[in-house]
Amino acid sequence: MSSLFEIAKRIVYALSLVLAVIVFNFLLIHMAPGDPAEVIAGEMGGTTEEIVASIRQSYGLDQPLLTQLWLYLKQVAGGDLGYSYYFNRPVTDLILQRLPATLLLVISALLLAIIIGTALGVVSARRPRGFLSHFVTVLALVGFSAPVFWTGIMLLLLFASYLSFFPVGGMYSMTLEGGFGVKALDVLHHLVLPMATLSIIYVAQYSRLARASTLDVLGADYIRTARAKGLSEAVVVYKHALRNAVLPVVTIAGLQFSQLLSGAVLVETVFNWPGLGRLAFESILRRDYPTILGILFFSAFVVVIANLLTDLAYRLIDPRIKAGASS
Amino acid sequence: MTDKILSVEGLTIEFRIGGRFFPVVDGLSFDLARGEMLGIVGESGCGKSTTALAIMGLVEETSGRVPAGEIKLNGENLLQTSRRRMRQLRGNDVAMIFQEPMSSLNPVFTVGEQIAEVVRLHHGASRKAAMDHAYDMLCKVHIPAPEKRLHQYPHELSGGMRQRVMIAIALACGPSLLIADEPTTALDVTVQAQIFDLLQELRDATGTAIILITHDMGAVAETCQRVLVMYAGRKVEEGPVEAILTEPSHPYTSGLIRCTPHLDRDPPAQLPMLPEIPGIVPPVTELGKGCPFRPRCPHAHARCADMPPVIPVSANHGAACWLQEEERAA
Repeated sequence: MSSLFEIAKRIVYALSLVLAVIVFNFLLIHMAPGDPAEVIAGEMGGTTEEIVASIRQSYGLDQPLLTQLWLYLKQVAGGDLGYSYYFNRPVTDLILQRLPATLLLVISALLLAIIIGTALGVVSARRPRGFLSHFVTVLALVGFSAPVFWTGIMLLLLFASYLSFFPVGGMYSMTLEGGFGVKALDVLHHLVLPMATLSIIYVAQYSRLARASTLDVLGADYIRTARAKGLSEAVVVYKHALRNAVLPVVTIAGLQFSQLLSGAVLVETVFNWPGLGRLAFESILRRDYPTILGILFFSAFVVVIANLLTDLAYRLIDPRIKAGASS
Repeated sequence: MTDKILSVEGLTIEFRIGGRFFPVVDGLSFDLARGEMLGIVGESGCGKSTTALAIMGLVEETSGRVPAGEIKLNGENLLQTSRRRMRQLRGNDVAMIFQEPMSSLNPVFTVGEQIAEVVRLHHGASRKAAMDHAYDMLCKVHIPAPEKRLHQYPHELSGGMRQRVMIAIALACGPSLLIADEPTTALDVTVQAQIFDLLQELRDATGTAIILITHDMGAVAETCQRVLVMYAGRKVEEGPVEAILTEPSHPYTSGLIRCTPHLDRDPPAQLPMLPEIPGIVPPVTELGKGCPFRPRCPHAHARCADMPPVIPVSANHGAACWLQEEERAA
């Protein structure tokens, strides 16, 4: 009962957070230099003061800022994120069309990072001075230091351009014929490089984190109890230690979901992945306010949901986290 | 002795300190009969817990080694057995409970799961049967509302209840030997008494032999039949509880007993200060030859530069002190 109340409280917090994000983004965008009316007029080729003024009027850009904000909030509350200046389509449509690609990329990269990072960390913790442990340390340093776009370009050069194992960019092969299975495999084939690029930094972080927490957990009294039960070393490590060692990784992974989304902007741009990140990149270049705001709103929404899910997942893994005791 | 279940002979355990191995336990020997309760007493750092870990075959996990001696459990030498066989015995034929009940249970599994795990492992029981057995074990260790506890996590239980769960895990497979390593140190006094009562009751019911490791002479007096006093990795005295308590034959044992507070029916007007043994246990790196207690011993003399053997005091009572020989000669 109190657990339900706690979850409801968290949802209310989350919604207020999203509202704050909308207002803040709106004000931020309008403070940025550059006038969308001029950009639109520029795209139309040649312009006069009258045309710019009429564009301003038709988009409501001549209204006072607070009036614009109020109108925007009313719209958003009704599920309408506005109309893209540039794409001439409702922003909601644009986002929903691009969202699956981004979610596929980000979630697969996150899962990959958690699984590989934890595995590397736990295995290297079993022999803290072994080869693998040093390898993980170096990998973590390199993976964490290299910028995402650079890693992406290097992977592209090696595996797509030089070795041609994977396609250079995009998400589908345009000419491919076949059923769902064939198409799904095709998407996966396209997914490999961007996913790897996006996850490398997190593999690096999680492997360090998992290594440290496993070392910590392996010294715990309950691990001695597990050994005293006569359990094999594999069961001791992968059942009794792993479940405790993975807790900090889950926490950090949830908190980093927002970083992953911003990483996706770079990865999608490098790999021409048709997701939200690239849409954001294009909209910023074109000062497409409604689209930028829509994407920011949606990202905030996704991050808040991810944090809620992390919280729930954490409760599943760690029974000590009870309602109200988590803070 | 035909019903001897444990026999330790000349056990030596070494730990690596600064690149060299030093003996933490040196030439320890003792026997244990079925259903017997043996107290091993001594100050911190005198090798009690290390001896227990050696019997469990867990010394290697703590970067130690066992260069000499034998540990026979039901006639089988544990020091020469394979790791695989040792895993079969551990938790099954020989079990152990530890001094930190608060942290000795895995926080992410329910109490029931943790008891059932050992039953499934060693008896090949089904999930259902193992859970039923876990329930029976919780009843045997007198946990209130066992049905509910089965599905609770360790953090929902008090320290005393957690130690009961540890005992349930340890006894789930009906071991012939249970090692209780300071099982009550972290618990408050009333709970301590309950745990000792429980251990005795379970020993009477199952015939499990128990080694109680403690530095509490009072607990030993109430629960054990025999006592083994250790000092700096060596056995200094061994014998029946009454004999040791009434007639300690090693200066260290006498010191330990004097340090135990007593509640007298008619306390003297002026309570005497509780005596202490001056000094501390020497670090293993500084143990020379000879009696390790020599620097703290009020009776130390020239002969103590040689390590005395265990000299019999009576039929099954012996002390490693030259004073015994002199007394017998006198």
